[in-house]
Amino acid sequence: MEKWEDNRAWFLVLPVFVVVAFSAIVPLMTVVNYSLQDIFGPGQAVFVGAEWFEQMLADTRLHDALWRQFLFSGLVLLIEIPLGILIALAMPQKGWTVSASLVILAIPLLIPWNVIGTIWIIFTRPDIGLFGVGINSLGILDVPFDHTARPIYAWITLMAMEVWHWTPLVALLCYAGLRAIPEAYYQAARIDGASALAVFRYIQLPKMRGVLTIAVLLRFMDSFLIYAEPFALTGGGPGNTTTFLSIYLVKLATGQFDLGPAAAFSLIYFLIVLLFSFIFYQALLNVGKGEKRS
Amino acid sequence: MRTRRVKIWSIALSLYFLLLAIPIYWMLNMSLRSNADILGSFALYPAQVTFANYLKVFTDASWYSGYINAIIYVSMNTVMSLAFALPAAYAFSRYKFLGDGQMFFWLLTNRMAPPAVFLLPYFQLYSTVQLIDTHIAVALAHCLFNVPLAVWILEGFMSGIPKEIDETAFIDGYSFPRFFITLFIPLIRAGVGVTAFFCFMFSWVELLFARTLTVTAAKPIVATMTRTISATGLDWGLLAANGMLTIVPGALVIWFVRNHLAKGFALGRV
Repeated sequence: MEKWEDNRAWFLVLPVFVVVAFSAIVPLMTVVNYSLQDIFGPGQAVFVGAEWFEQMLADTRLHDALWRQFLFSGLVLLIEIPLGILIALAMPQKGWTVSASLVILAIPLLIPWNVIGTIWIIFTRPDIGLFGVGINSLGILDVPFDHTARPIYAWITLMAMEVWHWTPLVALLCYAGLRAIPEAYYQAARIDGASALAVFRYIQLPKMRGVLTIAVLLRFMDSFLIYAEPFALTGGGPGNTTTFLSIYLVKLATGQFDLGPAAAFSLIYFLIVLLFSFIFYQALLNVGKGEKRS
Repeated sequence: MRTRRVKIWSIALSLYFLLLAIPIYWMLNMSLRSNADILGSFALYPAQVTFANYLKVFTDASWYSGYINAIIYVSMNTVMSLAFALPAAYAFSRYKFLGDGQMFFWLLTNRMAPPAVFLLPYFQLYSTVQLIDTHIAVALAHCLFNVPLAVWILEGFMSGIPKEIDETAFIDGYSFPRFFITLFIPLIRAGVGVTAFFCFMFSWVELLFARTLTVTAAKPIVATMTRTISATGLDWGLLAANGMLTIVPGALVIWFVRNHLAKGFALGRV
């Protein structure tokens, strides 16, 4: 669609700019301020330059949290995207079951994030949880299941929770993509005698590319920013084995009240997210262009 | 053969839905039992159903006020996000203007910004403007991620409406506000519904800002619940009852937009 060229359109964007700037730019400048100073109290601050940045970049706990974060986000994408596609393919096409399925799928998305953590504590605890008691009564584990006891158990619980919580979003997005494919494509495939696999590979998957990019973008970013669920479920433990970036940052900022290092950490964190946002945004733009050409 | 394949798919889907439901069922089970009963014996279903946990939530102001506070700021945020985002999304879908691409990307980065980064300055900023512990503070803070998302979704829906409709309306003598409110918004009704759904959802589920910006007067239920977890002597039954109740508003919202949801998901690019 050819767009009109008119800079007066800025008047329509201005309210959004003002409200988001109030919430984003002012606080961000405060963070920059903190990150360059050592603050002893009101009105007592010393300019320290890049000292906090150097300290944080050399912080091994930050490195560990960062690798943990990448591992977590990578696993999330590897599991949730294929599973979401499969669920979308299995969804009914018409009738009352469509609405029912959509409602069921959407429910986990509307539960507050720390309640998700609560649900999974109650579900997996070795004394009262169905999963915890169930798996321990089977007696196949050499160490009884308890998500606070061993890092691997904590990770399994976290991943199960994450997949349970967010796969529906991927499924809903893919379902939307599938619904947008005109019936004529399927008719043509039937005339050619294409197998279900070929239909998926040459019609459904390419047509889902747009929504899949959005799904990958949202899932990567949100899992990269995850806070409330592991906070409620494991509190970052056992040890620091489930301390992701946001959890570490909040510990640093509110627990130990190290304003300078926390602010420097915030900026590094934000830059990483910004870098990935930019890559994904470019990918998204190119997907749009590719569709228009074909 | 085709029907058999359809059957296998639907069985697999039903199994998946069952897996989705089991953890929620377990919480329901816990919420209907007393704490002594929960800790005393393991049972797949409540032998003695008690509504004491729910009764406590509905009669104790420190619990039920959490729900009222959350509903107030979530509704405020949804209305604000839509009101700000609608004109902006129109601008992005119809006009080319100086810095439009950069502006759009900048908005998107705010959706991706870690809330933990903004935690400290937010407390200071809202203290300075004396908004700490008010509903408007949380509603405004949630605009940080909801407004960009709303612009993003609405822009997709609006771009699906041909521009000829706007041109015809302007030739017919419609002023811009009248055209926008009486003609254009009804056309993208499904999109507005889906956007409202997403704004409601992301504001309702958020914990970090809501906890930081409130003390008592506007404290939402999610914050009340975390403070119970850290206290000694956890009451599992009460916690589970609260968890069940936090699902209710979301379920109601889905029910109201379910038709828009199916249609909206298919039409828009979401």
